[in-house]
Amino acid sequence: MTLQSLTYLVVGFTFALYIGIAIWARAGSTKEFYVAGGGINPVANGMATAADWMSAASFISMAGLIAFMGYGGSVFLMGWTGGYVLLAMLLAPYLRKFGKFTVPEFIGDRYYSKAARIVAVICLIIASVTYVIGQMKGIGVAFSRFLEVDYNVGLSIGMAIVFFYAVMGGMKGITYTQIAQYCVLILAYTIPAIFISLNLTGNPIPQLGLGSTMAGSDVFLLDRLDQVLRDTGFAEYTTNFRLSATNMFMYTMSLMIGTAGLPHVIIRFFTVPKVKDARSSAGWALVFIAILYTTAPSVAAMARLNLMSTIEPTPGEYMVYDERPQWIKNWEQTGLLGFEDKNGDGRIQYTSDADTNEMTKVDRDIMVLANPEIANLPNWVIALVAAGGLAAALSTAAGLLLAISSAISHDLLKGVFRPDITEKQELMASRLAMAGAIAVAGYLGFNPPDFAAGTVALAFGLAASSIFPALMMGIFYKRMNKEGAIAGMVAGISVTLFYVFQHKGIMFVQSTSFLGGMPENWFLGIEPNAFGAVGALFNFGVAFAVSRMTAAPPEHIMTLVEDIRVPAGAGTAVSH
Amino acid sequence: MSNNASYWSANLKLVAICMVIWFVCSYLFGIILVEPLNNIQIGGYKLGFWFAQQGSIYVFVALIFFYANRMGKLDREHGVEEE
Repeated sequence: MTLQSLTYLVVGFTFALYIGIAIWARAGSTKEFYVAGGGINPVANGMATAADWMSAASFISMAGLIAFMGYGGSVFLMGWTGGYVLLAMLLAPYLRKFGKFTVPEFIGDRYYSKAARIVAVICLIIASVTYVIGQMKGIGVAFSRFLEVDYNVGLSIGMAIVFFYAVMGGMKGITYTQIAQYCVLILAYTIPAIFISLNLTGNPIPQLGLGSTMAGSDVFLLDRLDQVLRDTGFAEYTTNFRLSATNMFMYTMSLMIGTAGLPHVIIRFFTVPKVKDARSSAGWALVFIAILYTTAPSVAAMARLNLMSTIEPTPGEYMVYDERPQWIKNWEQTGLLGFEDKNGDGRIQYTSDADTNEMTKVDRDIMVLANPEIANLPNWVIALVAAGGLAAALSTAAGLLLAISSAISHDLLKGVFRPDITEKQELMASRLAMAGAIAVAGYLGFNPPDFAAGTVALAFGLAASSIFPALMMGIFYKRMNKEGAIAGMVAGISVTLFYVFQHKGIMFVQSTSFLGGMPENWFLGIEPNAFGAVGALFNFGVAFAVSRMTAAPPEHIMTLVEDIRVPAGAGTAVSH
Repeated sequence: MSNNASYWSANLKLVAICMVIWFVCSYLFGIILVEPLNNIQIGGYKLGFWFAQQGSIYVFVALIFFYANRMGKLDREHGVEEE
């Protein structure tokens, strides 16, 4: 069977599985949908959270970025896992105790203010839409490759499928679907990693393979990789900083705080039975996430090594273009991989020098998908990877779209502007909001501001600078009042957006970047993707200063805060 | 000091300890001290690089379960656990 029909078969089968489970689990439980969350076991909830959380950025994009950044890519590994520590200790148990369903709802109640709720909704929408752009990029890459079309065509098809998938609706809340998606994506990620690790090092466990010697030699894999890169003029893999230690520190911090500030992740912890379970559920989620995240560094290093040895099979002897393997031809069609024979010798020189480098375009986001082909793995593995990438992208995109649409229909319309609308109208509004979000994110996805993981990093920066500080101070600082919280959120997200837009263009349209993307203009050498941590500091500072100058919150709010600090008397979550 | 207040201060102390470990295994070992630590080799891994790409993640997982466990104990000691 050809690769393409095998891919259709595997992708089709997994889709049928998700839809089947959704229908099966739905029967008789529509009414339970919101309240029921209450009965979900923390381990199951952890697995579902992991599927919800790991997106195209984790699955398709991250290892590719690490492959080219080396050590510098560690910011993603630490940043996207360390945030769960913050969630488990600083937010999840308290928000579970509070027992509401949306994040703006907590902010509106804790800061006794509709204005605070509206500001939270706006921050949530900005961060989530940016996140969806990142997913769209990943989906576009996956579809363009497997349908063998241009990236833009792939993206358009992807948009249509996401729309259908999200509007089918409710899927997100159904934990069993997400458990199935987790299984598909984790198998799809680890199986090729095991094969490749076995090929290169003889050790089937990728986490150990990365620290082992190359099969049939006594040179360590990482030393070999460093050597190969040095010889071709690239920076050493294991010591290559991302710009600077300061930048890496801020980048990691931004991703961690952002993880704990993203609404679609936070709400997962409202669905466990007890406060106690909210703590351990964060731990289980991280266990399931760590399986992928500790495999990713091996995938990255091994992919880079395989790529280098494909292009330069023996030192100094580059690949002849006309004899290039099939996978290169396939990726060339998508426009995401490109060559230019500058010196006309019919071979592809791949070097760090822009003047002589002939591999003129390597989109980082193709690495994970191309990896099994580069390593000559059987076709069914390649098909499985396609299915896994789509599972990751679709489950997260659908989750985010639901968070966006519920913020608009539940928090804005029903909660603030038009409390009298019917349930039917609320549903209609949420569908329209969803369609709008897909259109905006898809449109911006045609010219994404960065690779998928980079775009997603921006979204985390925005969430870090706005939502996390307001939540944390709401729990840990009783004296925080509405004036302080609102001023903090506005200041945090404005500073971050201003910084991002001035370097990446207004709404990420590149020609409008009024200060240019030039690194020399970066504040303390911090790149825009990493700026969320600075925004969060701003948020904390402004909120603190303003709250000291204005009246303390009323007595009943102080009591509310004391109440959420102790687990006793939580009851099940209620919607209102 | 009331029961709830002493529960809360015990909680804060535990969180502070965990946050220090969290910071040390990622920011300190993985970024700030990565260069000196890279002089130590474990198998094929340089130690600083290992913390940044593997070790910190394992510590995070252990840390959350440690915290959840200790908090469960605190809940019982102060009689504030849920029914």
